[in-house]
Amino acid sequence: MDLTNQSWDNKTVYQAFGLNPIQGQLVMALAGNPNTGKSTVFNALTGLRQHTGNWPGKTVLKTEGTFTHKNTRILLVDLPGTYSLLATSADEQVARDFICLGRPDATIVVADATCLERNLNLVLQVLEISPKAVVCVNLMDEAARRKIRVDVKALSRELGVPCVPTTARDGVGLEELKDTILDVATGVIATAPRKVTYEPSVEEAASRLEAQISPFLPGWVNHRWVALRLLEGDMSMIKAICKQMDDNARKIVFKDGAAI
Amino acid sequence: MSRTIVPLSQLSNGASGRVAALNTNGRNRRHLLDLGLVTGSRVEAIRRSPAGDPAAFNIKGAIIALRSEVSDQILVSLD
Repeated sequence: MDLTNQSWDNKTVYQAFGLNPIQGQLVMALAGNPNTGKSTVFNALTGLRQHTGNWPGKTVLKTEGTFTHKNTRILLVDLPGTYSLLATSADEQVARDFICLGRPDATIVVADATCLERNLNLVLQVLEISPKAVVCVNLMDEAARRKIRVDVKALSRELGVPCVPTTARDGVGLEELKDTILDVATGVIATAPRKVTYEPSVEEAASRLEAQISPFLPGWVNHRWVALRLLEGDMSMIKAICKQMDDNARKIVFKDGAAI
Repeated sequence: MSRTIVPLSQLSNGASGRVAALNTNGRNRRHLLDLGLVTGSRVEAIRRSPAGDPAAFNIKGAIIALRSEVSDQILVSLD
């Protein structure tokens, strides 16, 4: 059953999120906890070339901006600041839907170097969905002031994705960040994110469910992750996926075609 | 010596403890875990709004306000 290839082409996917990238432009997502300097990173990268808009059918603001690095044009999508992607709030749902279903070429997760531990929750959740990620360890100046030393190399090794130290408000580290996200998006840097393994009963149920839902999902959506959400009884995940399917696909997935 | 366990809502300003248990399930529990309230996490009561509710807590380096109906569900063992 190959219904997915037609109904999930890039253009349709981006349009569903209100984005219109031009030919050859890379699409990148910017995620992070609240108060990590995410907007500062966004503004520093895009040079304030941004405009705000609404996600379709949502009241939550989304911001997008553009910049060019090494002759590659990049469309950067600023997602709402969240502690999680497990969709307990509208903000989290917007962020999750975009990272999972919006097909970004890379995702940047901004983390606060002064309280790294609490930021790693979101980092691990992003890595569980998408291997093409870069962690921007921001507020390094503030961390140094508080005598906190972050071993960014060890962090990269542990997480399996590049981590870049930055002080975005002074522009420190941004060139390296741009180099890194471009290399991850284009596959020059291959990432191997640390995999979260659950207890055997959960793993077994997830892989059984994954086998059953896989025929209905496009290859670039993380099937295991969707299966885990369905195990949690997360109906908003099913709804988010269905919203992007065309009527035919929906009829095949839901035999009566009207459920959602 | 056994430590006293109380709901987080009863911590007075400046007092701290460690999360002993979360008395909730499903999404609510998930949300608290996402905020950093995992077993063993240190939590400190910082201040209260004029009416006493919500109250602000330092959880792993972020100040987070919780309504008492939520902080009632979080059991902490006092430091």
